[in-house]
Amino acid sequence: METESLAKSDYGTTSQVAKHSRHEDLEQALYEKRQKIYPRQVHGLFARLRLSGVVVLMGIYYLTPWFMWDDRQAILFDLPGRKFYIFGLIFWPQDLIYLSALLILAALSLFFFTALAGRLWCGYACPQTVWTEVFLWIERKIEGDRMRQIKLDKAPWNGRKLAIKGAKHGAWIALSLWTGYTFVGYFTPIRDLGESLLTLGLGPWETFWVFFYGFATYGNAGWLREQVCIYMCPYARFQSAMFDNDTLIISYDTARGEPRGSRKRSVDPRQLGLGDCIDCTMCVQVCPTGIDIRNGLQYQCIGCAACVDACDDVMDRLGYEPGLVRYTTENALDGKAAHIIRPRMLIYAAILITLLIAVVVSIAARTPTKMDVIRDRNALFRETGEGLVENVYTLRILNKDNQMHSYVLTLEDQPDMELLIEQPEVTIEAGAVADVTARLRIDPVDLKSRSTEVQFRLHSADGSISVAEPARFVGPLP
Amino acid sequence: MADFVSGFWNWFIIIPTVIGIVALFPLIFSNRGTKVPGEEAEKMGHIWDGDLEEYNNPLPGWWLNMFIITLVFGIVYLVLYPGLGNFTGMLGWSSKGQYEAQVEKAEADYGPLYKKYAAVNIETLAKHPDALKTGERLYANYCSGCHGSDARGAKGFPNLRDQNWLYGGLPDQIKTSIVAGRNGVMPPWEAVIGADGARDVTEYVLSLSGREHDVEAATKGKVQFGSLCAACHGADGKGNQALGAPNLTDRIWQYGGSKESIIETISLGRNGQMPAHKDFLGEDRIHVLAAYVYSLSQEYEKD
Repeated sequence: METESLAKSDYGTTSQVAKHSRHEDLEQALYEKRQKIYPRQVHGLFARLRLSGVVVLMGIYYLTPWFMWDDRQAILFDLPGRKFYIFGLIFWPQDLIYLSALLILAALSLFFFTALAGRLWCGYACPQTVWTEVFLWIERKIEGDRMRQIKLDKAPWNGRKLAIKGAKHGAWIALSLWTGYTFVGYFTPIRDLGESLLTLGLGPWETFWVFFYGFATYGNAGWLREQVCIYMCPYARFQSAMFDNDTLIISYDTARGEPRGSRKRSVDPRQLGLGDCIDCTMCVQVCPTGIDIRNGLQYQCIGCAACVDACDDVMDRLGYEPGLVRYTTENALDGKAAHIIRPRMLIYAAILITLLIAVVVSIAARTPTKMDVIRDRNALFRETGEGLVENVYTLRILNKDNQMHSYVLTLEDQPDMELLIEQPEVTIEAGAVADVTARLRIDPVDLKSRSTEVQFRLHSADGSISVAEPARFVGPLP
Repeated sequence: MADFVSGFWNWFIIIPTVIGIVALFPLIFSNRGTKVPGEEAEKMGHIWDGDLEEYNNPLPGWWLNMFIITLVFGIVYLVLYPGLGNFTGMLGWSSKGQYEAQVEKAEADYGPLYKKYAAVNIETLAKHPDALKTGERLYANYCSGCHGSDARGAKGFPNLRDQNWLYGGLPDQIKTSIVAGRNGVMPPWEAVIGADGARDVTEYVLSLSGREHDVEAATKGKVQFGSLCAACHGADGKGNQALGAPNLTDRIWQYGGSKESIIETISLGRNGQMPAHKDFLGEDRIHVLAAYVYSLSQEYEKD
């Protein structure tokens, strides 16, 4: 790599450089116009890791809605039908607690991974990063590398610029619309959605959401990019609360690198009184948020490790040791022993694993049938012609399973009471709800009190399912 | 909006509202503040804590513009929609009108289905599974509160599944019961025959359905029955469907069949109310509902 000389204003940084160029007489503006950042392309271990992340995550996002399971889409969040399908599992509204559990698990993982190695989410997995990566890749393919992009932006508007910019935005918009279409495809079966799109028969809400998410993708990944991370996302601001001195952060080794300065390759820098940093500014040029990591960890740093790759590359060419900019801990930089495995990590990990196991076991042990007993209320009880007392119940039975079941209803532990039901066996389709009317009848002489607790039991005909539900039997004063 | 007791309130609303909106324009424009770009804004003149002062900075552009947009929106809104006292607004919107529009739409959506059912007679309709499902839902909504979710009734509310009908169980009779309602009035006889008389008549009534009774009292009661009760219940006690007078020779008792209940019925009377559903549900829905209720008392296979 030849060191390219660049004018300072070309790398587009944050306030530091901008401030120096402003005339001191002008009052200090609180609003600063954004300088577009042209991150330089970077190659290296972490770049490859990030690329893998992008491929895997995007693959999951775009491909998953197309998988089928039995006769339906494998992953489908059927909001009007109030059912979430995840492969073989069906979640009903009563299972909403698992969503809370999922969110708690997500929060715990956040604490765990952030305490471990800082902004792993931001740099490798966040949708903003992932989509911006893809959009930047498209930009690079259409407009060219960094120098070409800068030149094109400076050029006057002519046919060529229009064509190139048009192609880029066209590609961006196409991908954004596909993203919006895929997103809505998680909620409406994606094949039907595609059909409706092609026949221009999309419903108003689906149309709105496809365009909304498409527009959001285009705006965030194409235009806003690092501004989301710097201005909009709260994670940047509270990261400092989640780090401690043993968190792996990306840091410039000041002790090793300073004082910085250029030198001939053949010379030993120590003899010149120089540190390992040659002030090539590669780390600044590759930074997608436009900071200088040599100034220390800043809130804008999303932990993408591009500067690590860039500096390692330069160090390699000079024959120096890599790792001038590396993942390290505050303690390690201060020369103290590093404790990656420490009480905090162990506690987070323990809680995380425990909760994960609890959730998995709970889901596996779900009963696929629910029965609600609704007692007739207006007339508390009824007297038959023979003077017996009756209560009427409506039993709402939910078959939450994937398959049809036949159920038999019985009454538990009430020898004096008779259960009368229209159908001895109730057959309910998979995922369906049935209302069944039943009566309990007793001679008032046998009633001990005005209100008696009774228990209905529902068995499946094949014996695999058994649910019980309590209810009340009301009669006249004994 | 014509609900005000006097016209005063109408103006009480209009005048301050209009004055308020109109007055806001000069208020906001006169307080905009001006500032020459590049210079400091003028100071307000108060000094706190020795050197703390306040600049008269201009209202931010976005804020000012949004305020004006809000004022303009408010004016346009009050012209188009009700808000200024009794004025109904140029668009003539009202919540009642919105409701009526929704009812119209529901009629347009469901009307044809009910019209289709209305053309079929009740006996045939009572075998139609879809109509019965609709009827079941109508029943659950409108009838189950009194007649029970299994339609076997309760004290004072007839059992719709049996073959025993107060006013007749033919399809048209059932339909009339729902459309026009029924009122089963049993007069109170305590003043006429006294407590003893009520007891005697009760014994006789018990004998009519073959139950255990006091023979001596029943003989006395029979005389009373013939002069007072037979008019409605028939000399044989078999009842009269034209009047809704129950059959006293069966074991079905609307208000309870114990001796105490029957004495109470005779002494204090009864007043059974079946509400009229004609204006509430309309003939078409009642037609389907009647078919469902009719099907309950029939025992045949539904296709």
